[in-house]
Amino acid sequence: MSQFRNPLHKAHHYGAAGSGVEHWWSQRFSAILLIPLVLWLVWAFTVLVGADHATATAWLAKPWNAGMAILFVVAAFYHGRLGVQVVIEDYIHHRLAEIGLQVLVSIVALAAGLASVLAILMIAFRG
Amino acid sequence: MNPQFPERIMQTDSRPLSPHLQIYKLQWTSALSILHRITGLVLSAGMLVVTVWLVALAGGAESFEHTRAVLAHPVIIVLLIGWTLALFYHLFNGIRHLIWDAGMMMDIPSARRSAWVVVGLAIVLTILVWGVLL
Repeated sequence: MSQFRNPLHKAHHYGAAGSGVEHWWSQRFSAILLIPLVLWLVWAFTVLVGADHATATAWLAKPWNAGMAILFVVAAFYHGRLGVQVVIEDYIHHRLAEIGLQVLVSIVALAAGLASVLAILMIAFRG
Repeated sequence: MNPQFPERIMQTDSRPLSPHLQIYKLQWTSALSILHRITGLVLSAGMLVVTVWLVALAGGAESFEHTRAVLAHPVIIVLLIGWTLALFYHLFNGIRHLIWDAGMMMDIPSARRSAWVVVGLAIVLTILVWGVLL
């Protein structure tokens, strides 16, 4: 029976065959999500650049803006991490340096993303 | 023999290799392709500035004023303009890549035309945004 199975089916979940396209799709989905979010960011930019503390806080504390800001920050760090990961895979040929860099990039992206979200939540709930 | 490149060991016949970057003539299309990666790295680094700005804003008026003063430095303003240019470039070239992913506009004349559109839009919108800001 097993010799009639598709070779691809046998290969599934072994090595790259199990997850080869996952990264690619994640990158595209986050890219599509970022299109409207970046347009929002540009608008935010025109409001926030040069604004004083009271103005910037009041603007970002609005539920709609806080929500968009959180979505943008999460999507941007996620998409950025995926992209930097591929650049490291392609250009760093020293295995140990590659793994070290991947870990570092993951930690920085996660920490900075979390710090950003917490900052936005603090601003949103304190008003 | 370099152990890091086992494909050299595996190559037993004399099939031609595809041209490597060093000897491949840089063209419009390939230049834009590598620019997509470079701007991606620039944007990722700039996201850390976004985080610093947000944390400073959450930290109160004093920490925010300090950060605002640093960000208002002429050198930083130039970097921010560069970041905006990278943002628009990566946005429009990313859309171009998504169109290609859908299998459309893949012929060379279309690729060249869309390259001009991407670069043009990025420059014009950067000027527009900073024209409003400054």
